[in-house]
Amino acid sequence: MREMTFLTLLAIMIPATLRQATPLIFSALGGNFSERSGVVNIALEGIMAIGAFFAVYFTFITGNPWIGIAGAMFVGGLFGLLLAYLSVNFKANQVVVGTAINILAVSLTTFLLVEIFGRPGQTDNVNKIADLGPLNILTYVAIIMVFVTYYIMYKTPFGLRLRAVGEHPKAADTLGVNVYKTRYICVSISGMLAAIGGAAMAIGNLSLFKEGMIGGRGFIALAALIFGKWNPIGAFFACLFFGLAEAIRMNLSGYINVPGEFLFALPYILTMFAVSGFVGKSIGPAASGVPYEKGER
Amino acid sequence: MLKRALVLVLVLALMLTMFTACGQKQATANVTFGMVTDTGGLGDKSFNDSAWAGFQKAEKEYGVKPTILQSTKQEDYEPNLGAMAQKTDLTIAVGFLFENAMKAAADQYPDKKFGVIDTVADKPNVTSVLFKEHEGSFLVGVIAALTTKTNVIGFIGGMELEVIKKFEAGFKAGVMSVNPNATILVDYTGDFGKADLGKELAIKQYTQNADVIFHASGACGIGVIQAADEKGFWAIGVDQDQSKESKNNKVLCSMIKRVDTGTYTVIKSLVDGKFEGGKTIVLGLKEEGVGYSDNGKNVPKDIAEKTEAYRKAIIDGKIVVPATIDELSKFKPVQL
Repeated sequence: MREMTFLTLLAIMIPATLRQATPLIFSALGGNFSERSGVVNIALEGIMAIGAFFAVYFTFITGNPWIGIAGAMFVGGLFGLLLAYLSVNFKANQVVVGTAINILAVSLTTFLLVEIFGRPGQTDNVNKIADLGPLNILTYVAIIMVFVTYYIMYKTPFGLRLRAVGEHPKAADTLGVNVYKTRYICVSISGMLAAIGGAAMAIGNLSLFKEGMIGGRGFIALAALIFGKWNPIGAFFACLFFGLAEAIRMNLSGYINVPGEFLFALPYILTMFAVSGFVGKSIGPAASGVPYEKGER
Repeated sequence: MLKRALVLVLVLALMLTMFTACGQKQATANVTFGMVTDTGGLGDKSFNDSAWAGFQKAEKEYGVKPTILQSTKQEDYEPNLGAMAQKTDLTIAVGFLFENAMKAAADQYPDKKFGVIDTVADKPNVTSVLFKEHEGSFLVGVIAALTTKTNVIGFIGGMELEVIKKFEAGFKAGVMSVNPNATILVDYTGDFGKADLGKELAIKQYTQNADVIFHASGACGIGVIQAADEKGFWAIGVDQDQSKESKNNKVLCSMIKRVDTGTYTVIKSLVDGKFEGGKTIVLGLKEEGVGYSDNGKNVPKDIAEKTEAYRKAIIDGKIVVPATIDELSKFKPVQL
């Protein structure tokens, strides 16, 4: 390896891994809320794109990237509500609804890009969230959010209820937990977090929105969630693992003596391993993906 | 019932999104022309934007509104060329990778005119435009080698294509000529559209001590320049003057490739009735098709003078700049 000592390698790879993992962490945590409450959120990918676009849009208008984040959360939350409305109230197939939202998100951002920025492709540069030391502030926020999520999910009454709703909604309902309300809240939170994930790419790492910039990261986040056994801490480490795969692909493809195509495919290959049960049995919430019908036996 | 209505609404929504790609404007004059981008797309502040600038110049001059189709992936090339050829008299594709798609389209629409930048499609209805990128890259290589303090200089390419290797070879030759001790780091993003990849590699080279980084990577370069802003090293832009992309004026200079001259020349030839199919136009330093610019005013006078001397030597034929890595290995550095 030319001109690269071990220390240089670490100095390159550690920040790169964290940078690449940041959007994944936000989205995986979002997926965690939704899945734990019993709603499969395959729309993470699309909501990330929405988040990325609106983060840039609101920053473009106000000049303040934090307002951009808030705006992205708001719109992401709305998309979460849409998913909740269709899958909770209408009991539509959650995978189909999620896929529809993904397609809608891609077309909507492409359309708005032309309408607002006057051209397809990508936006101009806007202000971005500042760096703190070697990393972006959002990276630190992501790590804090892992513990916040863990605390909410396992140490608060709300967390207990949301897990109950995801495992056995009927039992939870019998005990006076409002299943619909809980799922609405969780899927909205899910949308907001996924939107921050997209925003972390658009105005955390870069400072622009480009069509197709999410590039499957929403699905990788979902895989990380499964890989991490539907647990925030597990998902966090899974995201770091995928982040590392990305960092290797980006930084070392010229140095490792394997075909570049293999490295480009690496994150996706790992994703397939993760979801095909390579990591041992990963049991999700029992009622995940099953619409709940009040009074149904 | 509600479910059925919902499905209907979703299907309609899907169908609506299909129409977003349509709705192009009609031209008014007797000749119409359009451009098909490569995957970098408009807004790359580099190759595609420069090509489009040539169209905008033609629009001003001839009062014809040009059309544009963006390729987001390579599979879009052929359908985009076909769609554009059906709509306009002249279709210009910008990008090395268009060679095969262009040949196919030229065969399919023999009565239409085509232009292609950066590659040669030898068909009777196609004008090809090539640039001597290595000559311009040589000059910015000289500037980089005279500016570096750490003696480590970076090059970030897009996809590993022949045309990008021209940048690399010329750049290295320029560095070698004035600073034989400098180390040159070379990385390829494997893409022309992903700014995050460019940024990641630029930070990597900076961590390896590089203090001047030249990119030839289309829209990935936006990330390179952003990294320069944040970390404080020098970036060298490409295709257009990219000094405005840096908030902290960290673009040392830009290697200019007048893609706009290329597209404009082809359009003009058609409007003037002088379009020649099967012809290849080559634009180098001599033709002012390549060069460098310094709108950020960052190149000191003595370095600029030295660079000017090399420019003259190349135009006079005293230096033959290597265009491939092979030629580079045989290249003897020339001290002026």
